[in-house]
Amino acid sequence: MANAAIATGEPTRPKYGSMSRDRTWALRWSYFFLVLFAIFFLMPPIYMLITSLKTSAEISAATNPWWISNPTLQNYIDLLSQNHFLVFFRNSAIVSICVVIMTMLISVVAAFALARMKFWGSATLATGVFLTYLIPETLLFIPLFKMFAWVNEVLGIQLMNHWWTMIILYPTLTVPFATWIMIGYFASIPKELDEAALIDGATWMQTLTKIFIPVALPGIIAATIFTFTVAWAQFLYPLAFTTSTSELVLPVGIITTLIKGDVFNWGQIMTGALLGAAPPLIIYAFLMDYYIAGLTAGATKG
Amino acid sequence: MADIAARNPAGHPSQQRSGLHKLMQRKSTIAFLMALPLILLISILVAYPAGYAVYLATLNKGMTRFVGFGNFEFLFGRDTFWLVVYQSCLFAITAVIFKAIIGFVVAHFVHNIPSKGQRKWRGMLLVPWVIPPAMSTLAWLWLFDPSYSALNWLLAIFGFEAIPWTGEAGWARFSVILVNVWIGSPFFMIMYLAALKSVPEQLYEAASIDGATWWQRIWYVTLPMMRNIIAITALFSLIVTFANFDIVRVLTAGGPLNSTHIFGTWAFRVGIEGGDIPLGAAVSLFMVPILAVAATFILRDITKRGSEV
Amino acid sequence: MAQVTLRKVVKKYDEVLAVRGIDLDISDKEFIVLVGPSGCGKSTTLRMIAGLEEISGGDIAIGGHVVNDVPPKDRDIAMVFQNYALYPHMNVYENMSFGLKLKKTPKDVIDQRVKQAAQILDITELLDRKPKQLSGGQRQRVAMGRAIVRDPKVFLFDEPLSNLDAKLRVQMRTEIKKVHQKVRTTTVYVTHDQVEAMTLADRVVVMNGGLIEQVGSPNDLYHSPATKFVAGFIGSPAMNFITCQLEQAAGALRVRLNDTLSFPVPADRTARYTPHVGQPNLMLGLRPEHIMETRPHTEPNQHDFDMLIDVVEPMGMETLVYFTVNGREICGRVNPNAGAAAAQSMKLRADLSNMHLIDDSTGKVL
Repeated sequence: MANAAIATGEPTRPKYGSMSRDRTWALRWSYFFLVLFAIFFLMPPIYMLITSLKTSAEISAATNPWWISNPTLQNYIDLLSQNHFLVFFRNSAIVSICVVIMTMLISVVAAFALARMKFWGSATLATGVFLTYLIPETLLFIPLFKMFAWVNEVLGIQLMNHWWTMIILYPTLTVPFATWIMIGYFASIPKELDEAALIDGATWMQTLTKIFIPVALPGIIAATIFTFTVAWAQFLYPLAFTTSTSELVLPVGIITTLIKGDVFNWGQIMTGALLGAAPPLIIYAFLMDYYIAGLTAGATKG
Repeated sequence: MADIAARNPAGHPSQQRSGLHKLMQRKSTIAFLMALPLILLISILVAYPAGYAVYLATLNKGMTRFVGFGNFEFLFGRDTFWLVVYQSCLFAITAVIFKAIIGFVVAHFVHNIPSKGQRKWRGMLLVPWVIPPAMSTLAWLWLFDPSYSALNWLLAIFGFEAIPWTGEAGWARFSVILVNVWIGSPFFMIMYLAALKSVPEQLYEAASIDGATWWQRIWYVTLPMMRNIIAITALFSLIVTFANFDIVRVLTAGGPLNSTHIFGTWAFRVGIEGGDIPLGAAVSLFMVPILAVAATFILRDITKRGSEV
Repeated sequence: MAQVTLRKVVKKYDEVLAVRGIDLDISDKEFIVLVGPSGCGKSTTLRMIAGLEEISGGDIAIGGHVVNDVPPKDRDIAMVFQNYALYPHMNVYENMSFGLKLKKTPKDVIDQRVKQAAQILDITELLDRKPKQLSGGQRQRVAMGRAIVRDPKVFLFDEPLSNLDAKLRVQMRTEIKKVHQKVRTTTVYVTHDQVEAMTLADRVVVMNGGLIEQVGSPNDLYHSPATKFVAGFIGSPAMNFITCQLEQAAGALRVRLNDTLSFPVPADRTARYTPHVGQPNLMLGLRPEHIMETRPHTEPNQHDFDMLIDVVEPMGMETLVYFTVNGREICGRVNPNAGAAAAQSMKLRADLSNMHLIDDSTGKVL
């Protein structure tokens, strides 16, 4: 809004800026800064792409890093034909999908119980779920390390160095957030719906499956997307607990196998990184609105 | 709240049912069973390990005998430990402040443009948050490479000297914070954008008529209305940044000379790579009190204000 | 001097014309009400006066100065919103003093003005409460207080009573009128409720479809509506419209509703209506208050007729009777003791001294 009173010769009336002109300028500045920030935010992934399309020779020649003189898909071909990469991808995919299924099963049911059915200790449990955020994985990985050794001794199950151990571990990271999102969505469903269902003769299970889940579907989709993204991106747990190449998931695999000593094959590394980032990005591209809705709904309701 | 009664299948009034069956039908039991997987998960894989960590921290390196506070005393004497404390706090606080500012500013710009275009921009600006941090940190690692840094190449065009992004302690810390901010700002942006949209337009109109300039409107209307969201996102981000592992590990591995180590990475170095589990446990345990204090302050502020707006 | 002038004001949203060219002169200290159905453009017009909407065409002048490009804060206006728009995190005192604080008014001046306004509105004991702790009516008063404190040239009200329950609305209406009598500021008030318009306004502006149908005092609009829209909009229950024919017989005019019902036209209208004899698409407009039960003493222009009553609505002080003429439901107001009953025939009286003849093809009152 213009509040500049331009001093002119006349004392009668101060000049005012034009409102519509102010609005256009505000819009121009907005776009200007948005472009700047977009460049800042998108620059690394784009650079990943650029590098992945270069030959090793071009990279080491240290010409303009932002331009591709001889584009090539060799890096992609190399990586995808390597056994290891595909193994990493497979491991990640199976783990992530299983974790998603497990998480949603646990969270939706638990959220329903916490949001709708008051039972002894439900308030404590809800707070407990929130408090698990205060206990990060960087604290838990060490005792878990020791616990796995104990399980091996006592129960004979070797949890170390197996990719499927991740399926047991990841839910600790995904379930609290997914439950929290679902509690938010369930809580926003009007109680009258429950009552109508009750009058219509539904059991609690029927109420959950026939009413709550369909109505809270956007929340479920959002929670699913988040769970997948978090599971796919996990780094610490697999780094700590898996060592053999065949057991690694994608993020760990790329970093440990492509960085051999002092030799960095950047073309391949960037290709690997891009392919590693691809699944969450693709899901995001298609389901962006659910993503954003889930994020904001969880918070503004909390 | 509607009491969802479990349905009695037979529907007959007085029936002899076993005590167990009756127990199964009660709502609270059913609810408890529904929450059971969650309870088990948290107890076994979160609560128990946390307690176990405390126990572990009191053992000696070989885990054969009890040394009480021995590990902690040892840590207090080590310079690296205090570096880790300093760096963890420095990164967390600095990064969160910048994430909040950038998130707030960008949210405003997105809010200003017509709604049709907002979806596109939101989509583009959220990308850093969607990419697995380990992967995007690799990209930054490459951008910071001592010999081939694309950023240094750009600087050279403008006549500036190359920056030792990860080579020198001060710059390494800067780089870690930069990557943290890059990854985390979109989250703040999305949250603030949602909060901005929830402020009734009429309040701004009333403020305009009352004579407020654009920044007065932000100061007197927007910020007070957004206090809760600002506090919650700050809390989350503090926890996440403080307990971070991926970024430091990939970017600098804690170096150069331990100048970027944080609790997570140093615990990994000491506990797993160094083979001293109890010491590692002791290191990572230090996060908890600091986090708990931060959480208490912020949560108290939130509940106090919750009754206002 | 705080007169407000609108000249050929137009508002366009993309391709849609919300306001299509309005001319209006509002005098200093006048209380003018813009009334009309949803979407007629009244709120848009108000917001253009406030500066919250840009003016697509035409001029608006406040106090003699054209303000098209002037931002709201420099127009010297104050606005009361439908949803009160009180700052939730400030208490009543801070809400009311916000505008003055921004202008860097000295503290004692602020204090004096706030206390004065609080007294006028009877909210002095609420000064340190937050909006959340106030009832709807109290919030509305605070919103008005905020406007009064600024001592502007013009008050703008945007449907301020719509969120209140019926009883409170009546009460607040009187409050607003009292405030206007004490603080004689030009006021532009928007509402969709014609009762509010009639009770509060010095002049009423009836709007429809982005245009002004008629401007006039409440009495003028009630007794001499210019168009069918205004005739049907003002007055509750609404005016009855019955299809009719205008006949001439032996120098006297009759209005014929159907084969069984016809009434002589009052003599003072003969000259005015004669040119329209035999014209098609004519309608008789007669307010329910001019259809009553039969009485012993007949005034001139009153004529009795028999009618089968469909529905009876007892209102306490009167009873509304509904019957059908020419396929339309017509409403009349009778004495509650007149013995009206559904499905029974009743003798009713039509007072044609207040009749209106309307050309339905143009919507104009003849």
